[in-house]
Amino acid sequence: MRVRALESILTEKGYVDPKALDLLIETYEVKVGPHNGARVVAKAWTDPEYREWLLAEGGAAIASLGYIGRQGENMVVLENTPKVHNMVVCTLCSCYPWPVLGLPPVWYKSAPYRSQAVSNPRKVLADFQVTLPEGMDIRVWDSTAEIRYLVLPMRPEGTEGWSAEQLARLVTRDSMIGTGLPLRPQDVAS
Amino acid sequence: MNGPHDMGGMQCFGPVEPEANEPPFHAEWEKRAFAITVAMGASGEWNLDESRSARESMPPARYLGSSYYKIWFEGLERLLSERGLVSREEIAQARAIGAPKPIKRTLAAADVAKTLGRGGPTRRETAKPARFKVGDRVRTKNINPPTHTRLPRYVRGHVGTVERIYGAHVFPDAHAHGGGEDPQWLYAVAFSGSDLWGPDGDPTMRVSVDAFEPYLEPA
Repeated sequence: MRVRALESILTEKGYVDPKALDLLIETYEVKVGPHNGARVVAKAWTDPEYREWLLAEGGAAIASLGYIGRQGENMVVLENTPKVHNMVVCTLCSCYPWPVLGLPPVWYKSAPYRSQAVSNPRKVLADFQVTLPEGMDIRVWDSTAEIRYLVLPMRPEGTEGWSAEQLARLVTRDSMIGTGLPLRPQDVAS
Repeated sequence: MNGPHDMGGMQCFGPVEPEANEPPFHAEWEKRAFAITVAMGASGEWNLDESRSARESMPPARYLGSSYYKIWFEGLERLLSERGLVSREEIAQARAIGAPKPIKRTLAAADVAKTLGRGGPTRRETAKPARFKVGDRVRTKNINPPTHTRLPRYVRGHVGTVERIYGAHVFPDAHAHGGGEDPQWLYAVAFSGSDLWGPDGDPTMRVSVDAFEPYLEPA
């Protein structure tokens, strides 16, 4: 396999350290993923001051929970409201907020999503079985530079009194990209 | 470059196919391709804009027929051979032939967390004032450089509104081709669906791109 062959050439030449490669993989397989973003969202749902900070200075508010670094250097958080639903795409490549969502799913990097998100977002949402209520506009953000966007979805109804930990279980990866909505309480009833 | 990577508005690819409970990687080779790409990215031998430009230089039919990690991998091969770090012959023979060329940094395991944590900040200070303010109507220029740019085709020549100002950032069009960082003001510029797509557009949608100041002129 070509990848293995190139890796061994790079190792032999001293350009890469195989232990560093293992650590890179482990970081994004285990440590960094949408559970980070879910914690950010759940905190915003339960802490009004944090929410305000998150929307004003996304990077600093997210960093305060320890989520920093590569592909999250310039974070901006987009608030969904009853009037506007936000959705994020990178039509030119695969720009995605790694520290809060991990590595992008295949569909995010695929031609069908990259081509249609900016021209027919309601059709794209239908591919995700999502239909927005009448009167709700769609706002699409094409990340063509180094700003990385995270959608702050609306808190589901019927979650009054829930803790941030409980709420985090409702926050899906897709709800933070804007191709999904958070789960409802009945979806996680055990 | 008006390449196959610039996909906004194309209609021929079929539906989006989400995968339930998708794992971060789908095969062992994807993990290794990911890791060597990120590790070599930390070598300092090229920058992020040069690596994007390398990926976009893949022949169009091949680009559209490749998974994203394949695109990464072939971009990496191109960068390594262009810089004389790994020759095409070595790649073909799958073994090291020539002596290694000194590189700026080899990412050590002990530095992985720190390096990822630092990332690659692109925000820069500039003495130049911003040309536009929030609310300004601007037109994206009709530019078609054969080199790397981050102004997608589907917004070129259209009028939009400046919604946010993000400060000055490294300018990819220069940075991808040896032009230095050349920091430029960056704006979120939003367009209505009808303005972009005419009568076929969804009037209840708006789309923004993050546009560098040289892409824009007053409308």
